[in-house]
Amino acid sequence: MRKLPLIALTAGLLMSTGVTAQTLRIGLNEDPDVLDPHRARTFVGRIVFTSLCNKLVDITPDLKFTPELATEWSWSDDGKALTFKLRPGVTFHDGEKLDAAAVKTNIERARTLPDSLRKSELTSVESVDALDDMTVKINLSRPDATLLSQLSDRAGMIMSPKALANADFGQKPVCSGPFKFVERVQNDRIVLERFKEHWDAKNYNFDRIVFQPIPDTTVRLANVRSGNLDILERLAPSDVPAVKSDAKLTFAPVSGIGYQGLTINTNNSDRAKSPLGQDKRVRQALELAIDRDVINEVVGQGIFPPAGQPFPEASPYNEKKFAANKRNVEKAKQLLKEAGVDRVKFELTFGTSTTTQQISEIIQAMAAEAGFDISLRATEFAAMQKEAQAGNFQVNAIGWSGRVDPDGNIHPFVSCKGGLNDGKYCNAEVDKLLNEARIINDETKRKQLYNSAQAILKDELPIIYLYYQPWPFVHTKKLEGFKPYPDGMIRLKGVKLAS
Amino acid sequence: MLRYIGRRILIAIPTLVIVSVLVFALQKLLPGDPVLTMAGEERDPQVLEYLRERYRLNDPLPVQYLAWISAAVTGNLGISLRTDIPVLELILGKLPVTIELAIMAMIVAFAIGIPAGIISAVKKGTTVDYAANVIALSGLSIPNFWLGIMLIMLISVRWQLLPASGFVPPSEDLWLNIKTMLMPAFVLGTGLAASLMRHTRSAMLGVLRSDYIRTARAKGLLSRKVILKHALRNALVPIVTLSTLLFGELLAGAVLTEQIFTIPGFGKLIVDAVFNRDYAVVQGVVLCTAVGFIFMNLLADVLYVLVNPRLRHAT
Repeated sequence: MRKLPLIALTAGLLMSTGVTAQTLRIGLNEDPDVLDPHRARTFVGRIVFTSLCNKLVDITPDLKFTPELATEWSWSDDGKALTFKLRPGVTFHDGEKLDAAAVKTNIERARTLPDSLRKSELTSVESVDALDDMTVKINLSRPDATLLSQLSDRAGMIMSPKALANADFGQKPVCSGPFKFVERVQNDRIVLERFKEHWDAKNYNFDRIVFQPIPDTTVRLANVRSGNLDILERLAPSDVPAVKSDAKLTFAPVSGIGYQGLTINTNNSDRAKSPLGQDKRVRQALELAIDRDVINEVVGQGIFPPAGQPFPEASPYNEKKFAANKRNVEKAKQLLKEAGVDRVKFELTFGTSTTTQQISEIIQAMAAEAGFDISLRATEFAAMQKEAQAGNFQVNAIGWSGRVDPDGNIHPFVSCKGGLNDGKYCNAEVDKLLNEARIINDETKRKQLYNSAQAILKDELPIIYLYYQPWPFVHTKKLEGFKPYPDGMIRLKGVKLAS
Repeated sequence: MLRYIGRRILIAIPTLVIVSVLVFALQKLLPGDPVLTMAGEERDPQVLEYLRERYRLNDPLPVQYLAWISAAVTGNLGISLRTDIPVLELILGKLPVTIELAIMAMIVAFAIGIPAGIISAVKKGTTVDYAANVIALSGLSIPNFWLGIMLIMLISVRWQLLPASGFVPPSEDLWLNIKTMLMPAFVLGTGLAASLMRHTRSAMLGVLRSDYIRTARAKGLLSRKVILKHALRNALVPIVTLSTLLFGELLAGAVLTEQIFTIPGFGKLIVDAVFNRDYAVVQGVVLCTAVGFIFMNLLADVLYVLVNPRLRHAT
């Protein structure tokens, strides 16, 4: 009996050392939602899917498309058909073979499942044809330049058609990624293990991946420092100096494809009827009153690169002439004078987090110098979301996780009927340009259209972009080969733990 | 005794009904739309409408309530809006975790609170008494989250003695399970220890002043025997009742402690569910908590009767 604690102790020690050698433990900012790529909405869920589910195409760090389940693809001349050649010899985690029929089933499901959250990503798709075993043709009702980028994310993840028939698929997902699902304990962990039959298995080094949701940033970092985690996503900017000075840790930030900004209510309900909502000069004054460099240095510790447009620096659609304006209080005051207002009052709503609170306070102080009296209102995210849609706000500090294709960062927010256009900004010319840019595959022509739209938006300012959302990762020095991507995903190809 | 318990259970039923109505109504008053939260960045009106229909959010509130409560009495608490996992499965999965935390925290609380209370009562007015009081007061006033973070920084990050957070089921690795639970149990336990200590102290003081203790001492009994056998036993009556009532405090404390140490228990389940407007989970968890609370109160009453024979006839 007396030996029992000793045995337990030895077993515990053996287990903990044995497991760490082959297991990668990833700290997530929150617990993912349902594990079904067609019904999932969370960012952290996408991180899990990146290891669990292969998609038709993937992206490179400079946002170009690269083969994954499809080895090649081509557009028809009229831009209304996209044909994929599939990778031969791919099996799902349940042993089923990947073929054109499986891809067809998946895309049809993403389009038609009543609670699919991928519907709006695939609105242009009319039908899917399996031309032969390994060739799929997607027929479109109109040319759609955004489609490939949609298929490089959840809409392009291919699940086992056999497993899709199970009612509990969202709890036991079956895909074809380098790791397969083992178990999930809500709020605690999601465990994946190596899928030996994966087509690229030799490039993946871990036997097990454990995702642990740890919402508190301090505790998440403490876990990496104490050796309980190997990597974390989304470090709090205030912890950047501490991480940089820790010899055991590597700080791996990347400027993301999303942004943080101020959405101004210009046209949604009575709350839009204020000088700020009605007069673009007042909005221009507000923008000029804000010093984005201060936000970057004070709150962001240097990882909040100033943004003047929705397209990130890594994107080919980023245009230098729309870079963020420098602060100019005199000009801001001049603009307010021209608009015939002395001091402008408005309410700035923001989701409760230390970072947004700090940013809002800085904006409040900076704008006061130019003539703005801002009252701050911290609100919980779910409540803010509902009020935003109903138009019950004047200015919302809100962010966007970003999309690889430029359309996803601009169209839903500023087109008249855009699904995420909370301020209901509407300009027929902007609509025309953005709708046209959606259907052209030529990068140069698209960029011209976006530049024209941006010129109008930069003048009318329905959204004041503040900074590009960074994805600051921290990992132990033992982790080798990790490369952060602008989409914030954790790709494990070639990554390993040094022994 | 059985009739007494039976009567208490009958009284509990209307309480439960009122609790269930309140929970149901209160969370509907919360701002925010569960469907918008669920859909995230997707705003397709058709999808939103489908989700509203699927979770019966378009029905009038009384209809929604009746549908929920009639399923609940058969043990069907619905499924989580966020993860599809059945609520009952979630609760049964999380309950043992919180119970383990609660038991360990209670052990900490008793181990610190009762001896400290006795010593401080016996040594009333001395430095030891004052010191114990100061410590107790600190225990009451130091916020859980601060103590938790400090312990993590010191014990996990600096000395690397215990895991910083997380939970390992005892079935998987008992030793690791104990290691992960030590700090949370200590944090949760110290707050309770403080109030236990203060109650033990005042109960002991009351008993120590009574005549039979003086008689025992006069008879020349050993001081230790007088304190532990005669005084403590009688002082324990109110303490036992208090301990069962501390259950509520323990649950409230567990909510915070579980957040800090990322323990997938009851507290964390309900906080996350509230933020995600996962109505089915909030309702299920609160209902189960209410049942647990009523049960603990019943247990307190029964224990009170058992340790205090004078009450037995009154029942």
